[in-house]
Amino acid sequence: MKAEEIRTMIIEVIHEIVPDEDLSNLKGDIRIRDQIEMDSMDFLDVVMELRKRYSIVVPEDDYMELSTLDSSVAYLEPRMKDI
Amino acid sequence: MNDNTRIVITGIGLTAPNGNNLSEFRKNLLAGKSGIGKIETHYMGEVIAGVCDFDPLIYQKKKALRRGTRAGSIATYCSHEAIADAKLNLDSVDKSRIGIYIGITEHGNVETENEIYNIKQYDYNVDFWSHHHNPRTVANSPAGEVTMNMGVTGPHYTLGAACAAGNIGLIQGLQMLLLGEVDLALAGGVSETPGTFGVFAAFKNEGALANHPDPQKASRPFDRDRNGIVVSEGGCICVLERLSDALARSARIYGEIVGYAINSDAFDFILPNAERQVECINLALKKAGISASDIDIISTHATATPEGDKAECQAIKKVLGNNSNSYINNTKSFIGHTMGASGALELVGNLPSFEDHIVHQTINIDNLDPECALKNLVINEPKKVDKVDYILNNSFGMLGINSVVIVKRFKG
Repeated sequence: MKAEEIRTMIIEVIHEIVPDEDLSNLKGDIRIRDQIEMDSMDFLDVVMELRKRYSIVVPEDDYMELSTLDSSVAYLEPRMKDI
Repeated sequence: MNDNTRIVITGIGLTAPNGNNLSEFRKNLLAGKSGIGKIETHYMGEVIAGVCDFDPLIYQKKKALRRGTRAGSIATYCSHEAIADAKLNLDSVDKSRIGIYIGITEHGNVETENEIYNIKQYDYNVDFWSHHHNPRTVANSPAGEVTMNMGVTGPHYTLGAACAAGNIGLIQGLQMLLLGEVDLALAGGVSETPGTFGVFAAFKNEGALANHPDPQKASRPFDRDRNGIVVSEGGCICVLERLSDALARSARIYGEIVGYAINSDAFDFILPNAERQVECINLALKKAGISASDIDIISTHATATPEGDKAECQAIKKVLGNNSNSYINNTKSFIGHTMGASGALELVGNLPSFEDHIVHQTINIDNLDPECALKNLVINEPKKVDKVDYILNNSFGMLGINSVVIVKRFKG
């Protein structure tokens, strides 16, 4: 998967988890949870979706890497290059 | 009795397989309209069941639906509808003085089965087990969802009481008002049971799951050919208030809860016990300070199992004697067994009789079982009567839990 596809995928996953939120203006460099109503259980849903859809296991120590869209893409890109 | 020790029903919110508010529910009861159909379940395929078609998004966000449970959604819908029906504005009442008391037959089966079904596709790897499982399955979950949705900060909990739970939710609300613990109770019961294949499978293997080529004829209490229970979902939440508070705000009063009782068979896991049912009914009559001959309508619990219906009929015959003028009906024949909701739903479907003097019928009796041939059993057509002053509602459950609620017409 390429960077842009990963970004689209993440937004799609977030939309599924918090369907009431408007994601059209989500900024890449600002903490996602500061832009939309999303709590820690929702965040764990993102982790679970990555595991279910792509068998990507994000260890707890790496959770911070998923805090913004940009950092998520940077973190996932090498892990999803063959997907 | 002082007005602050008398408890009245001032609002009703409900969803049933044949109606999403009291007027629709009542209209369909009088019209003989069943709400039973077929649904798909895990492992068992198509089964006969009753499900509700209210729109949960009226009161909940999509995220809340995703995070919560069907029981929580039903409880939230019914609670809002009850508050609106009572003409209360949530913003102008002290939410710390509202108590939420919701009867459940079971909770957590649906959510647990769904998780097991989910991890099956991952070779039972529990890394795929949802972190939402615990908050969804704690026993207070349906009531807790209501508090979060409505911002209620008073006490909330569910009452696990098998199929007697709907009545027991009402009784708990009444008792908390009498104790002065709360000033307003949202009380009743809910069921999400059609979501669990396990309940269907267990009833089937016990020989107690209804079967009929026409789903709408499957729930047939008192019929000679009845063959078991139709599992349904539903909910009914009542606003309960002290009479003094209700009068002070000129609230509409559906009726006053004047009698109630709960007892135990101490007998068997599933079999009913007519003797204990008689005792429970008599306890409720005593609390109401009336005799059996004062009861105008008995809303039966009968679930259409061969033994259960017979036992309740024996109990009613014993209580009423031979010279009774009480009319007798059954709501499960229309909507199936709404489990935790059934006690409250079946009671409120009869409350309009105080005003219209019509007793709704029991449908699906083609051949009345002679052992269930109660005098004044209202069969297949509604019955116009001269007066309705007292309604008695039976609700019994597994492990031998019996409950009875008596509501009196409010004369103002």
